[in-house]
Amino acid sequence: MSIKVITDKCTGCSLCVKVCAFGAITMVDKKAIIDLDKCTLCGACVDVCKFSAIELKRDSSKTPNLEDYKGIWVFGEQKKGVIQSISYELLGKAQELAKKLDTEICCVVLGHNIKDNLQELIHRGADKVYVVDSPELENFLDEPYTNVLVNLLRKHRPEIFLCGATFMGRSLISRVAVKLHTGLTADCTGLDIDEKEKFLLQTRPAFGGNIMATILSKNHRPQMATVRHKVFKEAEIDTSRKGEIIEETVAKTLLKSRTKLLDIVEEVTATINIAEADIIVSGGRGLKGPENFEILEELAKVLGGAVGASRAAVDSDWIPYSHQVGQTGKTVCPKVYVACGISGQIQHLVGMQSSDIIIAINQDPSAPIFTVANYGIVGDLFKVVPLLTEKFRKALNK
Amino acid sequence: MNIIVSIKQVPDTTQVRIDPETNTLIREGVESIINPFDTYAIEEAVRLKEKHGGKAVVITMGPPQAEAVLKEAISMGCDEGYLISDRAFAGSDTLATGYTLAMAIKKIKDFDIILCGKQASDGDTAQVGPGIATQLDIPQVTYVKKIEEIKDSAATVERMTEEGFEIVKTSLPCLFTVVKEINEPRIPSLKGRMRAKKATIPTWKAIDLDVDEVRLGLTGSPTWVSKIFTPPARPRGEIFEGEPEDTATKLVDLLKDRLV
Repeated sequence: MSIKVITDKCTGCSLCVKVCAFGAITMVDKKAIIDLDKCTLCGACVDVCKFSAIELKRDSSKTPNLEDYKGIWVFGEQKKGVIQSISYELLGKAQELAKKLDTEICCVVLGHNIKDNLQELIHRGADKVYVVDSPELENFLDEPYTNVLVNLLRKHRPEIFLCGATFMGRSLISRVAVKLHTGLTADCTGLDIDEKEKFLLQTRPAFGGNIMATILSKNHRPQMATVRHKVFKEAEIDTSRKGEIIEETVAKTLLKSRTKLLDIVEEVTATINIAEADIIVSGGRGLKGPENFEILEELAKVLGGAVGASRAAVDSDWIPYSHQVGQTGKTVCPKVYVACGISGQIQHLVGMQSSDIIIAINQDPSAPIFTVANYGIVGDLFKVVPLLTEKFRKALNK
Repeated sequence: MNIIVSIKQVPDTTQVRIDPETNTLIREGVESIINPFDTYAIEEAVRLKEKHGGKAVVITMGPPQAEAVLKEAISMGCDEGYLISDRAFAGSDTLATGYTLAMAIKKIKDFDIILCGKQASDGDTAQVGPGIATQLDIPQVTYVKKIEEIKDSAATVERMTEEGFEIVKTSLPCLFTVVKEINEPRIPSLKGRMRAKKATIPTWKAIDLDVDEVRLGLTGSPTWVSKIFTPPARPRGEIFEGEPEDTATKLVDLLKDRLV
């Protein structure tokens, strides 16, 4: 790889000097000069130059100086200043991986007025927490979040970067990976370290969960992966753990955004977000009408869970789309999934078949849902479900 | 208003079955279809064109037979289609795919909005849409469930989140990935089908695009699939039949300790 300044195009604006994390660029007579001993060929200056005055040539697609990349980074997703549970789940897995690599864990959090909420990340396994605090970062926006993360990752060069496969994470990390020109594996359900080569082994479902694939990024760093909710266990809190909170500042130009958040609307019906629920009681065509979702809500309440639905129920307008489980809805993996009056078409199964325990209640003993169920009841859901509600209420003392 | 829709041909995963004896995928007889999420993107492109004028161009990267999905998009109302197809693109992961599609879009040049489905039903990565936007250095809004307004080179859209939705305003050009809630795709009319049948679809190869060869196909793909296996089959569960009172009691007894 090689890098050079096209002197004719350089206007001496100094943007590249500001974004270079390695102090490799200086201005001499209003032209940028790159110190090749300090330059890591990360490309930050190329991205920021408005005049295409810096040329970076790749002779292969490999990341240069692979061996310089050390440590595991976890994206600390915050909403309204609250760190989301997915980040604690990632820290739990990161601890296992860090042990195998004998390396440190860093968490990176972007937001505004968030510095007080970060100690828990240390108690849950982070050795360092990098925080960028700025009004522009208060809520998620693709461009400033991408620019800041890319800047930090280029500077600190971790070998692994993990992020939640959330609405925010999947949008953001795809951009980050492209800018860093590295590999990214979506929706991993398994992460491990290759014993010999120390690669990150990223296992994910494909073909709607019909096959599993293990994916590697051999020649690129960081090795990046997103992980679904509830796949890994949250890291335990250990208040005796010590760590460092490090505030980073970035060039203002990185905080610019062409998108603007006008409003955040929370929908009341999604009181418990099904992607995060430990227990889901779902209904399908067998419920026969919108009013009958009430009996599922009763059971969900007793079990402390959320209500889900099949596509058939959503398409009939019995319940909003945000409750839909399956291929065109949400993929969930709760501890317990109770399918009531759902026949179990493959589109539904791919969205819930990785649940720990599946319970099916259906009148038709040949319904495909029974093939994935740990426990099944063949019977009339209008009789069985209220009985379950009553009996669980007694058994669980509620 | 010029719109580009980027779509993908996928195997119909609802038809994919596992051979119980060999535990492998049965691919024979599995039809190829438009990625179900892309049909919403196509429909939205056609609606935007009908409302604001301009044209809707559809592109796909894939083998020669992927032409079929472009024809289907034209039958739904898209004006023209381009097939990006070359052996050099084989083995592309999401990074190389996003790059190649971005270079094809650069060749088309004139666009205000790029639309994609939220993800493809075979790979489920949701990475190619944002990948295209990043390579083109344009903004993106993912998981769009409604385009509220387009005015003065800006768009206001609703973006789905875990808790509900956000209202986001963006400058154009911009890339949107869309969810099912955004519309109900139309059934192609007979006239549309006739038009699609007659349409000629140009094929663009690597040499037709201004691409850096090391960023294409397998060479340009950082991720490698090292192993493919079938997930362990779920063991056959316990199924209870009989009086609701008895079956409900059995289930509660089995589960109550695990739910505390």
